Amino acid sequence: MGALVLTAAEGGEFAPPGVGDFFLPPIFLGVTKPMVLVVFSVIIIAAFFLITSRNLKIVPSKMQFAAESVYDFGRNNIARDQIGSQDFRPFVPMILALFTFILVNNIFGIIPFFQFPTMSHIGFPLALSVLVVYPVYHYVGIRRHGLGGYLRNQLFPSGVPKPIYLLLTPIEFFQKFFFNPITLAIRVFAAMFAGHLILLVFTIGGEYLLLEAGGALKALSAVSFAFAILLTFVEALIQVIQAYVFAVLSAGYIGMALASDH
Amino acid sequence: MLNTSMILAQEEEPSPVLPHVSEIILGLVAFLILLWLLKKYAVPRFEKLYEERTAKIEGGIEKAEKAQAEAEQALAQYKAQLAEARTEAAKIRDDARLEAEQIKEELRAEAQEEARRIVAQGEAQLQAQRAQIVAELRSELGRNAVELASRIVGESLEDEARRRGTVDRFLAELEASGNGAGARK
Repeated sequence: MGALVLTAAEGGEFAPPGVGDFFLPPIFLGVTKPMVLVVFSVIIIAAFFLITSRNLKIVPSKMQFAAESVYDFGRNNIARDQIGSQDFRPFVPMILALFTFILVNNIFGIIPFFQFPTMSHIGFPLALSVLVVYPVYHYVGIRRHGLGGYLRNQLFPSGVPKPIYLLLTPIEFFQKFFFNPITLAIRVFAAMFAGHLILLVFTIGGEYLLLEAGGALKALSAVSFAFAILLTFVEALIQVIQAYVFAVLSAGYIGMALASDH
Repeated sequence: MLNTSMILAQEEEPSPVLPHVSEIILGLVAFLILLWLLKKYAVPRFEKLYEERTAKIEGGIEKAEKAQAEAEQALAQYKAQLAEARTEAAKIRDDARLEAEQIKEELRAEAQEEARRIVAQGEAQLQAQRAQIVAELRSELGRNAVELASRIVGESLEDEARRRGTVDRFLAELEASGNGAGARK
């Protein structure tokens, strides 16, 4: 990014940020920034939960209360609400891990020095949705209802007039087996990608205006920076919401797969 | 895939929707490690805490209910005791009043008895004194009368038997006439 701005400054011509800004050269030996961030996020989350849960008390301390709030949110507000109070327990670790993993990686986008939302590289959300959530919800559905029962549940929802199945069944099929995991990944990826790009536009634009523009236009850089700051807050909100949506939808897919009646 | 992407990045804008295999693998492995850690350590600890807390709260509620029941029982007991004490006090008061009445009655009877006794005694004494005085007066009167008579007569009425008979007859007559006068009055 710095190099980009520098060249822009030298050339005196504004180069808008693009996809290239998301694929920076590796730090060392093919290890890129998002890779480091992903590893770091795992360390942060694991350390947070392992340290705070090491000595849990009935009456919580401040740190324990924070950890409990996060745990509670994943357990009760996401897993239990979506999956149902009878079946949700085995999925609590997965939902909690999904939520915190995506949350921390998203938040990296606005934390100084990290400043990169890992999920804007589609490989990461895709790994979670296609290789984790997708197999899990099909697996638990088939295990609960048997292959035939599961497919009948998923593809032939009850309470529909027979001819409608001609239309409904293919839609359900594509949705359950193709679009659900893909859209799950693309949703968070696109939000992070676009959000980061917008922040880049306003930051780089402000910088360009400040350094290159003449006279009154220089003052406009303040507006640009103000927008960048404002959008950072918006971005923070979106990052949390996207992590929540990912976890809620994952839990929802599991809940639907387990439900005996569609 | 990674290599082609990197080459693409150098030559032209890479496609953001084409995933890098290395990132998919890393993302998956990182997530699975996190999942394993949470599943193995964090979640059981939190669940255990929740159970403990539930048990504690339920135990607390139970204890509170028990305490309340005990308190109510104690209150009922106290009320019963209080009522009992009240009736007892009333009974004692009634008894005392009754007894006081009785004592007063007894004292009054005793006092009346005493008064009657004193009056009777006084009367008896008076009667005795009167009799004595009457006897003395009678002998005195007799003697005086005899003496006076002997002076008048000029001779001593030595004859004792005669004298006694005369005086006694006189006195009896006097008495009879006195009584007759009293009756007439």
